[in-house]
Amino acid sequence: MGDVIIAGIGQIPVGEHWDLPLHTLSTRAALAAIKDSGGLRPQAMYIGNFAASILSHQANLGALLTDHAGLTGIEAYTVEAAGASGAAALRVGYLAVRSGFVESALVVGVEKWTDRIGPDLEAAAALAEDYDYEAMTGLTPAGQAGLLMQRYLHEYGAPRLAFAAFPLLAHANAVNNPYAMYRKAIRPEVYENAEPVSDPLNMFDSAPYADGAAAVLLARTSGLPEGYAHPRVRISGSSVAVDTLALHDRPDPLAFEAAARSTQSACRQAGILPADVDFFELSDTFSIFAALSLEAAGFARRGEGWKLAQDGSLALGGKLPILTMGGHKARGNPIGAAGVYQIVEAVLQLRGQAGANQVKNARRALVQSLGGPAATAVTHVLERV
Amino acid sequence: MEIPRHWRLKKQRYALIGEVCPYCDGKIFPPRDVCPHCGGEARNVYPFSGKGTVYSYTVMQDAPAGYESQAPYTVALVKLEEGPVVTAQLTDLGEQAVEIGMPVEMVTRKLREDGGAKGMLIYGYKFRPVGLGPH
Ligand SMILES: [Zn+2]
Repeated sequence: MGDVIIAGIGQIPVGEHWDLPLHTLSTRAALAAIKDSGGLRPQAMYIGNFAASILSHQANLGALLTDHAGLTGIEAYTVEAAGASGAAALRVGYLAVRSGFVESALVVGVEKWTDRIGPDLEAAAALAEDYDYEAMTGLTPAGQAGLLMQRYLHEYGAPRLAFAAFPLLAHANAVNNPYAMYRKAIRPEVYENAEPVSDPLNMFDSAPYADGAAAVLLARTSGLPEGYAHPRVRISGSSVAVDTLALHDRPDPLAFEAAARSTQSACRQAGILPADVDFFELSDTFSIFAALSLEAAGFARRGEGWKLAQDGSLALGGKLPILTMGGHKARGNPIGAAGVYQIVEAVLQLRGQAGANQVKNARRALVQSLGGPAATAVTHVLERV
Repeated sequence: MEIPRHWRLKKQRYALIGEVCPYCDGKIFPPRDVCPHCGGEARNVYPFSGKGTVYSYTVMQDAPAGYESQAPYTVALVKLEEGPVVTAQLTDLGEQAVEIGMPVEMVTRKLREDGGAKGMLIYGYKFRPVGLGPH
């Protein structure tokens, strides 16, 4: 069969790894994924990374990271799509294995973020924007999210504090994730009193940028090792869609069109409707993104995504669990690696290895990563075979 | 410092020079090679009036490098009366509360310094509430 199986997964704790360089983060995740697969040797390595060329003064990561992982000689290069870099690298790995050109591919998402502080990091994050016409105004990604949230509140009259439900859920779910940056539930008062970041957006509406690395090893069913140890999880849908880079160039910035199109396309490939999935790992880079992604995927009507978060529907035992291991908000957001963390977390759920956070009978997952405010959207459907 | 880059963007930053599409009459800012409305080749110069309304806005607290001394500052999506939307800082606000729909007009202000305190100053468009008198 042509099925592409996620044979191995690996991740390191998300956080501030001042003691570790970029290549060590990557190597630890890569070796963990290889070991988890039962020792498959990858023929290629595709790397999701956003900011190494500016924050680590390092490009050409294919050569660097294969070298340090003891994989010198295999095909390797970086795929960049801002916050969707890791997911886009998975897309490349999927195409390579699916096509038959490559038997097994390692996909590593890695971000080394905390070598710098404050303003340098805000400027680096703004690389995801239109430099001349957005970043030049002093706008950062948090500012873009603030613009979207302000307009959303204006158009739909949503209650401002309703957005608390997204970070509260993320933090509650991260308590049981040993790889999460913040393993502590938060109370509504903490959200209500949080410092503004880009008004109306506050500190708890924004996922914290951090260091991290996660990896998955892809192979075809026929390439799995003898006595493969895990339930098989395959990729049944994979799609990348883009929108205009600048938010101001979109006729309807609250529509997250790219997220809608990549969801539809990935689901069509899998032969399902979005409603057929058991959980949805969306990108809560900012709380407003979670609401807009739910709407774009068709789980809520326009202007009503926030409502789903109010009644428990999105919690672990609810109709459509999201952010099951803490999401970007509480697991942490290692930008170019975040998409691979989402995939690793979905695979844990589909294998039945998610521990206390296990979604009952999870068979099918929708996983979506966003680069910028859905300027790029990468969506995958994963299924337990 | 990026002198050619800033020189190249002068007309847009100082005078909101955009384009009008010869095929569909769509107004385009900033200038592009391909009309976003009809896909035709865009090339006819069109100066925008600099008048518009606030479509959305936010107050930035955590400034990126080069903007720290301005924080907090307000960035808005401004819908120009000719149609396109631009991202720009709001300025000269005084005590005035910003609201969606508020009429604003373009003024030229310092955007930031390029190359630190001794570097070049970059000027460009910001928007202010209308009716404040001469620029
Ligand atoms: Zn046209």
